[in-house]
Amino acid sequence: MKLSISALLAFTLCAGVVQADPIRQGNLEVDGAWARASIGASRPGGAYFTVRNLGNEADRLIGLSSPVSAMPMLHETTVSEEGVSRMAHVEAPEIPAGGALVLEPGGMHLMLMELTGPLEEGGTFPLTLIFETAGEVTIEVPVLSIRATGPEE
Amino acid sequence: MSLTRRLVLGGGAVTALGAGTLGLGWWRVDGPGAARPSSATDPALPLPLGDMTVTLTDHQGRRVAAADWVGRPTVAFFGFTWCPEVCPTTLSDISVWLEELGAEADSLNVAFITADPERDTPKALAEYLTPFDPRIVGYTGTPEEIAETAAAFRVRIEKRPVNQGDYTVDHTAGVFLFRADGSFGTIIDYHEDRTFAVPKIRRILNQA
Repeated sequence: MKLSISALLAFTLCAGVVQADPIRQGNLEVDGAWARASIGASRPGGAYFTVRNLGNEADRLIGLSSPVSAMPMLHETTVSEEGVSRMAHVEAPEIPAGGALVLEPGGMHLMLMELTGPLEEGGTFPLTLIFETAGEVTIEVPVLSIRATGPEE
Repeated sequence: MSLTRRLVLGGGAVTALGAGTLGLGWWRVDGPGAARPSSATDPALPLPLGDMTVTLTDHQGRRVAAADWVGRPTVAFFGFTWCPEVCPTTLSDISVWLEELGAEADSLNVAFITADPERDTPKALAEYLTPFDPRIVGYTGTPEEIAETAAAFRVRIEKRPVNQGDYTVDHTAGVFLFRADGSFGTIIDYHEDRTFAVPKIRRILNQA
């Protein structure tokens, strides 16, 4: 019994650290946030999250801020027919009614330009998302390994 | 097969002209010498490593010629360490493939060639590669050496300014596989299902 309780506790702790509950703001739900550990602070960092729109009207992500980056920006990686990868700045992406804005490796991502310090594996940092309709919400982003490819690791 | 080949190709002085031509025809069309995809048949494909004349600097500061990779199968790809997205993803994927291949992968050259020689010094590469599989070797060079390497691989590298003096580098994101003899094997495309990557590398490992 003792064993299973501690096992359960360990599981709960793990789940608590890695998979925070979705955060609700108005009709939006922010979930699955994670960042890659950086090497030092000279290179930009990368982070990901998902915003689901549970409402009947589209919203827009119009602003971002975080104490770890002087200039957070949304970028999208596209790979052309010829296999050339390219990054493009995405401004104020829409979160369609009943849909989601998904940031994930190989697609849209948050570039944390001008890091104020290294993003260290095991740490977290606050990230504020500003939506046109739903307003402002601050989430805590866990920093995973530089080799991580998704929030579940 | 090789006996037949030797008989046909080494057919003696008298029949050399006639039989030799036929033999060569068979060799090229149906035999083991049948055209593999190469830059000779498709100018969009990389040159054989042995035909590349460029020399680069690895992340430990050693000068290595692309032709020196001949003798072992080679996995080569372009990237840059300032990129927070495609490059860590590719390096993570490659590390996973190498771990899956285990000791088999010890005989591979695994080359991460920078598309951004100005920022990626040997030291910057060494620092960046630390968390990834130690069999991955980073290469940089002068901008001219990198341009020459890209041309030999038929890779596109385009430096593009972003805000305030900063820049990003658009580059071909595929992973190139070469056989031990330096001939080009295939590309692991950025779009393709990555579960095919390990079998593709294994095929290169098993081809002479």
